[in-house]
Amino acid sequence: MDQVLELSYALDTFYFLIMGAFVMWMAAGFAMLEAGLVRSKNTAEILTKNITLFAVACIMYMIVGYNIMYPGDGVSEFWPGVSFFLGGDNATADVIAGGEDAPYYSNLSDFFFQVVFVATAMSIVSGAVAERMKLWSFLVFAVVMTGFIYPMQGYWKWGGGFLDAAGFSDFAGSGVVHLCGATAALAGVILLGARKGKYGPNGEIHPIPGANLPLATLGTFILWLGWFGFNGGSELKVSNVEEANAVAMVFVNTNAAAAGGVIAALLTARILFGKADLTMILNGALAGLVAITAEPLTPTPGVATLIGAVGGVLVVFAIVGLDKLKLDDPVGAISVHGVVGMWGLMAVPLTNTDAGFGTQLYGLVVIFAWTFITSFIVWMLLKAVMGIRVSAEEEYEGVDIGECGLEAYPEFTGNS
Amino acid sequence: MKFITAIIKPFKLDDVREALSEIGVQGITVTEVKGFGRQKGHTELYRGAEYVVDFLPKVKLEIAVSTDMAEKVIEAIRNAANTGKIGDGKIFVTPVEQVIRIRTGESGAEAL
Repeated sequence: MDQVLELSYALDTFYFLIMGAFVMWMAAGFAMLEAGLVRSKNTAEILTKNITLFAVACIMYMIVGYNIMYPGDGVSEFWPGVSFFLGGDNATADVIAGGEDAPYYSNLSDFFFQVVFVATAMSIVSGAVAERMKLWSFLVFAVVMTGFIYPMQGYWKWGGGFLDAAGFSDFAGSGVVHLCGATAALAGVILLGARKGKYGPNGEIHPIPGANLPLATLGTFILWLGWFGFNGGSELKVSNVEEANAVAMVFVNTNAAAAGGVIAALLTARILFGKADLTMILNGALAGLVAITAEPLTPTPGVATLIGAVGGVLVVFAIVGLDKLKLDDPVGAISVHGVVGMWGLMAVPLTNTDAGFGTQLYGLVVIFAWTFITSFIVWMLLKAVMGIRVSAEEEYEGVDIGECGLEAYPEFTGNS
Repeated sequence: MKFITAIIKPFKLDDVREALSEIGVQGITVTEVKGFGRQKGHTELYRGAEYVVDFLPKVKLEIAVSTDMAEKVIEAIRNAANTGKIGDGKIFVTPVEQVIRIRTGESGAEAL
């Protein structure tokens, strides 16, 4: 029996670690997707943002973020208390003691699985502010977002705080991760302003095509793959028949929702614009994934496909809508993760009888309000103290030169 | 000596190159350019926003030839680059003042 418990512990720990590694791989997905949708003169900078924000997230979450989000016993259901650095891990004796309270996975494997989630939330912001935000201002924001803003609302739901107590349901983070990231992005975009030349004086919207659609597509496929870890790992356990079946269902539904999102976006783009806009289709796949993330277990695969499809339709309209509101989002991050994140949360009660539309809306509003207000304050302070936007000249020349001192595609500019 | 500049459709480059080889032209310079004449462009939508594709990709050929070769070169380019459809391009002929081969210092007709 001891051996079975030990093996079970090892398997569930291993599961967290592998699923965490899959989610880490999503960082590569975001990097490629964003690199593909910005102009070549801004590509090195966005790649720099992606890798540095990931590192900042890992470090800040290790120093303080994780303990804010998962204090074990929070000071109150609103305030988790603050402590620093990570604790130790479980002793074998505690594991084989068995029973309800026995630990069934390594504490550090839980940290590893969670740290890649905060990095995902933060990287949502980088796409929305691309091509005109100062790199260093972005990184300072990342420090605050990953060390405090994200962990606080994460505590309120996954850490056992008041949203969890109220019955708010968010399996893998349509709200906690995606809506949170998109809201921080929205606050930034409002204060940052649109790229020069994006909007004309009479309401015209000028396209700024991405430089590398193969990279954008690769990034989307990488995110799709990583999402199996994102949703699959959020089942948190695999080592018995019921859990293993649940994990399998989560994988199947995650995949189905992405597929639904792709087809829906393809058809919507075809109807609205007359052609198959690849960038909309890529956003559609991600929208499907975001939509199912709040509840990938209870729907049937058919329903999961439909939930994803609704996301795919919504995202196309959201992208066009944000442009009409003059909110310039070069990669559609706010539409994919924010608008569809909200849909994901509200879709939960359709298949999960433990959830209710009222509590879902409550959670949605709390996450949005908290993240928006705190982010807005931080962005405003940054704007006042160090500025958040590059100069007009630097924006024209390209932030690769201005912020990084090098070019992403040096030989293609004819200057070699 | 004459300098012949031709703007042609990019997919015609191989045909033109072959035709020029056949009549003995030994060197050409090729640049990728964009342009429009009476062909004009068309509009497309990127993420729902309209953009006009005004400038179409073309290829520019530059060839320096002796004056007596000029007519043959023009004919060769015209025949090879012709598709009969709008946007086939144009050929410009300008006089050349001097030609020098860098490696040997030869000039004039010997440098062609």
